[in-house]
Amino acid sequence: MLSRVASTLYWMSRYVERAENSARVLDVTWRMSLLVKEPDLQDQEWFAPLNITGTLFPFSGRHSEVCAREVLHFMALDPENPSSIYACAKHARENARAVRGSITSEMWEVLNSTWLEMQQMDEEKLNARGVSAFFDWVKERSHLFRGVTFGTMHRDDAYEFARLGTHMERADSTARILDVKYHILLPSVKEVGGAVDYYQWSAVLRSVSAFEAYRKVYRDVITPLRLAELLILRDDIPRSLKFCLRQVCDTLGHVKNEQSAETLRCAGQILAQLQYARISEIFSGGLHEYLTDFLDSMQDLSDQIQKSFFSSRTVE
Amino acid sequence: MPPPEIYNEMYDAERSVRPHYEAFAEWLAETPESRIAQNRHAADLLFHRVGITFAVYGEASGTERLIPFDIVPHVIPGHQWEILARGLRQRVTALNRFLHDIYHGQEIIQAGRIPAEQVNQNPQFRREMVGVDVPGGVYAHVAGVDLVRHSDGEYYVLEDNLRTPSGVSYMLENRKMMMRLFPELFAAQGIRPVDHYPDLLLETLRGMAQRENPTIVLLTPGHYNSAYFEHAFLAQQMGIELVEGADLFVLNNTVFMRTTQGPQKVDVIYRRIDDDFLDPLAFRPDSMLGVPGLLSAYRAGRVTLANAIGTGVADDKSMYPYVPEMIRFYLGEEPILKNVPTYTLRKKEDCAYVLAHLEELVVKEAQGSGGYGMLVGPTASRDERERYRQRILDAPERYIAQPTLSLSCVPTFCGDALADRHVDLRPYVLSGAHHVTFVPGGLTRVALREGSLVVNSSQGGGVKDTWVVD
Repeated sequence: MLSRVASTLYWMSRYVERAENSARVLDVTWRMSLLVKEPDLQDQEWFAPLNITGTLFPFSGRHSEVCAREVLHFMALDPENPSSIYACAKHARENARAVRGSITSEMWEVLNSTWLEMQQMDEEKLNARGVSAFFDWVKERSHLFRGVTFGTMHRDDAYEFARLGTHMERADSTARILDVKYHILLPSVKEVGGAVDYYQWSAVLRSVSAFEAYRKVYRDVITPLRLAELLILRDDIPRSLKFCLRQVCDTLGHVKNEQSAETLRCAGQILAQLQYARISEIFSGGLHEYLTDFLDSMQDLSDQIQKSFFSSRTVE
Repeated sequence: MPPPEIYNEMYDAERSVRPHYEAFAEWLAETPESRIAQNRHAADLLFHRVGITFAVYGEASGTERLIPFDIVPHVIPGHQWEILARGLRQRVTALNRFLHDIYHGQEIIQAGRIPAEQVNQNPQFRREMVGVDVPGGVYAHVAGVDLVRHSDGEYYVLEDNLRTPSGVSYMLENRKMMMRLFPELFAAQGIRPVDHYPDLLLETLRGMAQRENPTIVLLTPGHYNSAYFEHAFLAQQMGIELVEGADLFVLNNTVFMRTTQGPQKVDVIYRRIDDDFLDPLAFRPDSMLGVPGLLSAYRAGRVTLANAIGTGVADDKSMYPYVPEMIRFYLGEEPILKNVPTYTLRKKEDCAYVLAHLEELVVKEAQGSGGYGMLVGPTASRDERERYRQRILDAPERYIAQPTLSLSCVPTFCGDALADRHVDLRPYVLSGAHHVTFVPGGLTRVALREGSLVVNSSQGGGVKDTWVVD
């Protein structure tokens, strides 16, 4: 298939997934902010979504105060913020429009009507609807898009590149969401192990829709170690890092070409590290450090994919 | 009620329903207004959701608009269509023969039937194409012929579109919409289907390839183009790649597309880019849309372009008056479809006549399209006419003029009431190496403003489904 089309499909899926994950991050933050806490830590958790998505700097340039209202607006509705849900919905739709011939009309209709509805959204409407209801809507639209893709799309390379985008982005955001505790907990280390801690970890689990899975797998109280194991090393949890990397390797195997060997090696290496890692070792080196390394290697992989599949090439 | 001199497609002079509209009129009388209103609203929503939009030039970039869709169809009786069909086949065949001739022996000029300067000095005449043999001798694989029905009840050809005629996707979507909203109408009478157009087009394109299992692509200027929806739609319907200029490259006179599996040879390009932008090495060097080296590969016969380069010389408005002569010269037949009498302003006596009768005439740029830059004498203000007069005096050779045709009317929903609005009809004619094909009907465009004769979507026109009924 055309390199440009492959790249556009890949980014289309990434934007959909990114919108969903932004909604998840905001949702978990929102839930945490509802917990009782010391007055001087009010609004402290709203730094988390900005840190996670790496947008603290552009945010500070435009807002003086980090509080629920400002961050929600910036992350959900701000057209000037390139990673806001609004912008992701727009980019997903624009990418889809540029490759309408390569996706099914159902896929296009989902992204187009999502965008039409998103355009109508403002702060007032969002609050009237309810913050959580809005996040649910974003997640539903993303579910719908994936379901329609799964249910209607011809299983050719176009499908594989769309799937590749989904799992690359998802691995990236699960790692970031796992790191949310690092960003939130810092100011109140004394609370570790308390009730607040429990609620925060369960909020993380819920944000990646893995609360029930945790209960089923461990039948025990929530501990950071088990939670991290679930979301990093298990290959039966659809948002875990290992699951996503398996999908990435599988997809790359389908679309491989004469110059993609290095890309496949790169992906295989990340997967192998997840396959043979022990959660206790990850923790002894520091979870935050581990996740930071993981995000770096995902960035390298993303560059490799760009180089071997999407760059313009002439006859070798 | 319209003035009696306007032909009404639905009602005769006594305001009784014409036989081919009876089934529809009956349905209209029986169907509750609320259901019609509801379905008109549903049509709007559906068109929005599937994103059938077009971009409007001159407005903020990326502006997308819906083309207004009207649910009252333009109905044509089968026996009338048969005559139109023969006329279209004849006309497009002659135009293709003409294009082949002027890029080879120029017999029609030597026979004195068309002045040499009319062809050779035409800016659309592409010297690069002289002596080039195109597959099957076909130049205009896809032609859109604009027809109108005058007050005398006869059809006239308004213009031929032989470059990159657009609009066929609306024809297909309009039909889909009508069948979805009002299935009972289709059960009640024999309406000839149009949905196989993409198959006919694909067959035409495949017939132009030089090898088995050819790679066929649709070349689009990209998603900011006003007709992008159509390009994507057709590529998808035909199952071919939708490519942009940067997706293609030429090596050793062979065209390749860049794929994730490396370069792939391309055999036929259904291009929706104007000649000028096709190849920056041969035509406009500033074109970012084209493919460097494409012309050379094309001249070497290594790739087929549909439509061919250089078809613009035959659909130019200054060439239009000569089409009946082409039919007589190449086919030895009398034209079946009528031409509108046309004044060519490069001729002194025509120019004088036109300047003296501006308030009766429609004046157009010979090179223009899309309804931009035309003067409709009878409805223009005195001021507009005087400004246009100055433009004509500055460069008379750029203009042609025609009497104002009274385009026929079809009832159309305006608000919640029906009112008569002017329509035209664009059938799409496909020419292969051995035969000419089309689907019955075409795209009906309607001028939504009262009294307006301009049906172009860029000028506030709408569309209707077109039914050929038996």
